[in-house]
Amino acid sequence: MTRRRTGAVGVLAGLLVAATALAGCGGSGSPAGAPSPGGSSATAVTGSITVLAAASLTGAFDRIGRDFEAAHPGTTVTFSYGSSATLAASITNGAPADVFAAASEKTMQTVSSAGDTASTPTPFVSNTLEIAVPKGNPGGITGLRDFADAGKKIALCAPQVPCGAAAQQVFAKAGITPRPDSYETDVKAALQKVASDEVDAALVYRTDVIAAPGSVQGIAFPEARSVVNVYPIATLTGARNPTAATAFVRYVESAAGQQVLADAGFAKP
Amino acid sequence: MLAVPALVALVFLVLPLVGLVVRAPWRQAPQVLTSPDALAALRLSVLTATASTGIAVVLGVPLAWWLARPGLRFASLLRAVITVPLVLPPVVGGVALFTVLGRSGLLGRPLYEATGFAFPFTPYAVVLAQTFVALPYLVLAVEGALRGADRRFEDAAATLGASPLRTFLRVTLPLVGPGIAAGAVLAWARALGEFGATITFAGNFPGTTQTMPLAVYLALETDPGAALLLSVALLAVSVAVLAALRDRWTRAW
Repeated sequence: MTRRRTGAVGVLAGLLVAATALAGCGGSGSPAGAPSPGGSSATAVTGSITVLAAASLTGAFDRIGRDFEAAHPGTTVTFSYGSSATLAASITNGAPADVFAAASEKTMQTVSSAGDTASTPTPFVSNTLEIAVPKGNPGGITGLRDFADAGKKIALCAPQVPCGAAAQQVFAKAGITPRPDSYETDVKAALQKVASDEVDAALVYRTDVIAAPGSVQGIAFPEARSVVNVYPIATLTGARNPTAATAFVRYVESAAGQQVLADAGFAKP
Repeated sequence: MLAVPALVALVFLVLPLVGLVVRAPWRQAPQVLTSPDALAALRLSVLTATASTGIAVVLGVPLAWWLARPGLRFASLLRAVITVPLVLPPVVGGVALFTVLGRSGLLGRPLYEATGFAFPFTPYAVVLAQTFVALPYLVLAVEGALRGADRRFEDAAATLGASPLRTFLRVTLPLVGPGIAAGAVLAWARALGEFGATITFAGNFPGTTQTMPLAVYLALETDPGAALLLSVALLAVSVAVLAALRDRWTRAW
């Protein structure tokens, strides 16, 4: 019992140091969580949190979640991945969640303008698009122009979801009218069509190509640089564990979290 | 005493539908419901659901008849296999269809190599996905009806010299007509609401593979009001068709 308390105090001290250091960096969220019952301490990071995150964050966030749990014994992070817009809709409809990481600032805005964000959404990574083709490139895709070829099977994200909106902008800037066979509901669905060799090409995020199994290869194209997707993260007003939620956001923004995201192919915001 | 749970069940089923109707932004209705994409989705939904039901009846009734034969070996195993699409998450059903009928599927690859045709991203894929999920409903409904039917009529027809096909068409079918009608209605309803297998196997393109449930799902992303209106439209069409058909079919048989 005593030993456990000492452990908690140790963790706490470490956290306080970290929090002070971060506060010096001009962090916006207030770390003052609700005092836990029993009057032990104000900022003990324990318990479970639910993080809703854009589908493209899946691999990196799973890693970060495990690292976070290791750094804060007694915490459990549960992720729910999906299309950012779907997640945003479930948050504004009252889904119980602590943190939201979206694949576009516009999607995050629908949540913050509904008054559902507890902290100011801050950009934490960015992502660009890349062409994904099945292994061996059976469609002979060379660049963005091939997306205008009606003879090729093409999957794009629907314009309603962030990867689709980004694709639309890329095509507009490149002056190309795509001829897709399907508008997929999220980026993983588009990638799945490539992985199973049902389409010749899809436009997905660079990170998705890196995370994809060996059945997918990527083709970088120069026009991609014209559209950069910025990912914001925020804690939510519906959070049942605001202290751990804030700590998680801090962890994502920390050097350790950023390294995991960089390994997954994300760029700095 | 039974009235209470019955009433609860009714309220539980009807109240969400009332919610849809109440919350739908009716002022936007003319604009949303007459948009070319919405009309195309509704048309595609009705056509593909009807085609799927047709296929389900043509293939499913003989399968149900075979299943209901007394003394069939492995009958319970077969029945379990047929029930699988009911318990399978529809998205998994879509993936499973890919592995067989996709461009690089078991049957799909030779077809694609020989003809250049592939099912995915065509309205045929929508029909296949819907048939896959709707067929079990029809088979189980018809099999139930066949088991309840009196076999002695068939035996009598056979002793009087009718061929097996003639017996099936003139005796068995009329006997289980209401069962087939009920199964077909169930299958049609299931096909009309199909989402997961369709979006996986057929993709989503307005006018080609975007059925009403897909249109509703995508509308939810940006315009929840439009999604409610589209849902109410789909609801209205299905209730109207089911009410009209059910009465007519059951009376005609």
